[in-house]
Amino acid sequence: MQTFTYEKPLTLEKAAGNRGRFIAGGTTLVDLMKLGVEVPPAVVDVTGLPLAQVEVLPNGGLRIGAMVRNSDLANHPKVQESYAVLSQALLSGASPQLRNMATTGGNLLQRTRCPYFRDPSAGACNKRNPGTGCAAIEGHHRMMAVLGTSDSCIATHPSDMCVAMTALEAVIVIEGAKGKRSVPIGEFYKLPGTTPNVENVLEPGDLITHVELPTPVAGAKQVYLKLRDRASYEFALASAAVIAHVEGGHVRSVRVAMGGVGTRPWRSHEAEAALMGKAATPANFRIAAEAALKNAKPHPENAFKVELAKRCVTRALKMTTA
Amino acid sequence: MADSPKLREDQQLLELEPLTENGHGSEKSLAGSVSRRTFISGLGAAGLVVGAHPLAIAAEPTSEVGAQESSAVAAAVLINGKKYDIAGLETRVTLLDLLRERLYLTGTKKGCDHGQCGACTVHVDGRRVNSCLTLAVMVAGKEVTTIEGIGQPGNLHPMQAAFVEHDGYQCGYCTSGQIMSAVALLKEPIGPTDEDVQHGMAGNICRCGAYPNIVAAVQQVRGHSVNPVAS
Repeated sequence: MQTFTYEKPLTLEKAAGNRGRFIAGGTTLVDLMKLGVEVPPAVVDVTGLPLAQVEVLPNGGLRIGAMVRNSDLANHPKVQESYAVLSQALLSGASPQLRNMATTGGNLLQRTRCPYFRDPSAGACNKRNPGTGCAAIEGHHRMMAVLGTSDSCIATHPSDMCVAMTALEAVIVIEGAKGKRSVPIGEFYKLPGTTPNVENVLEPGDLITHVELPTPVAGAKQVYLKLRDRASYEFALASAAVIAHVEGGHVRSVRVAMGGVGTRPWRSHEAEAALMGKAATPANFRIAAEAALKNAKPHPENAFKVELAKRCVTRALKMTTA
Repeated sequence: MADSPKLREDQQLLELEPLTENGHGSEKSLAGSVSRRTFISGLGAAGLVVGAHPLAIAAEPTSEVGAQESSAVAAAVLINGKKYDIAGLETRVTLLDLLRERLYLTGTKKGCDHGQCGACTVHVDGRRVNSCLTLAVMVAGKEVTTIEGIGQPGNLHPMQAAFVEHDGYQCGYCTSGQIMSAVALLKEPIGPTDEDVQHGMAGNICRCGAYPNIVAAVQQVRGHSVNPVAS
């Protein structure tokens, strides 16, 4: 690991706008620093900031501090009661040790597990080293994305938490050099396009301080379903976060987000549109799943993900409407 | 067996404690390896380095650390109830390397060094974490507990005794991480079934495959009976 300077500010004023690399749980950053993928000359420890609270807002929503650990958030009574999809997603991710370390803000910035990104000796990676190409497209890409890809990058966004937050329409609160702003999670992540190294809307010095969840959808059931190579401690091949409200056998409201298949946490407005007002039947769920994967661009090794993701969405819809 | 580590001037070798009998039958068979562990952990306890320099990072977790000009700092860390003042700590040193390479607390093992195997599991402020992905400088003022801190030969933690009783290991390399994970699990909201334990222990890989025995040991300490394995 390269050497770096270290500081630990205790107030937002001293942290926000700092051009050093922010560190909290370290589960992504320290890993990538050991690999030589991240080489920050200055590291700023933000774990001393007063951002470790979960607060219920007057409107019934939830305000989650960026330093709230994944395990604490997953086991928070209000999250378990009103945002079950988030609790399930968090508990399906990583290991108990990593969940004790990883934070809400850090998880939002989790980086891809693409092996070519993680290995500097692999050469071509437009995300790690812009302009060098993408070794994954012609190489090993079984775990790669099928939605939102480009000729420059097919790396999968690895987070489970972010998929649930996408379905929950979370809002990310940011404190930066220019002050405070809020960005809906649907507008936070960028598609790779020709600049896969730019993953989100954060500017240098921007610090995520909170995530706000709107009031839970009344009467809706929530499910996070994750399919993977082994039963635990593994990244998703395909996952689905579904929040559905069915009344009289018909879908009154529904939100569908997918993980393991997209270059960012993937909201499927197509699947939602296909379901709205329709009868909650397996046949209609399958039609919605087909719509969700309509624009999928598989490669030889990950073509299986298209059908797997469809079945994942279909199953999750069944679970929320059972 | 590896050569005995050489002592530096500021270290002394603790006398080996004789293995005490506690009426625990299967612990006897461990006598050889326990005495080696006693030797090494004795070294660890003696091998602490006391810094002569003023602290840059105080013991209080609420202490602010201003921008450092150097990539080496001083830090005070509480490990197994003992305060270690560490001088010249490079910021890039992980908690795992601090424990093993500087404090000679070698009970904590390095496996993958990337948070994937769990061999390096320790407790920070009572919660289990991967020490390989934890920067040592970030635990200044926090309380670290390692395998050396939860029990010793002759005075084993119930989880250690249960691992011995149920043969929850083969080569033993993952064992301290498994036990640290299992001890932390006792305080976590984890369901009663064997499957719950399997998921709760998912962050600890055992290449020898002692998993059924590990689950049995954990369930015994939790006071749950183990479901019979289908044959």
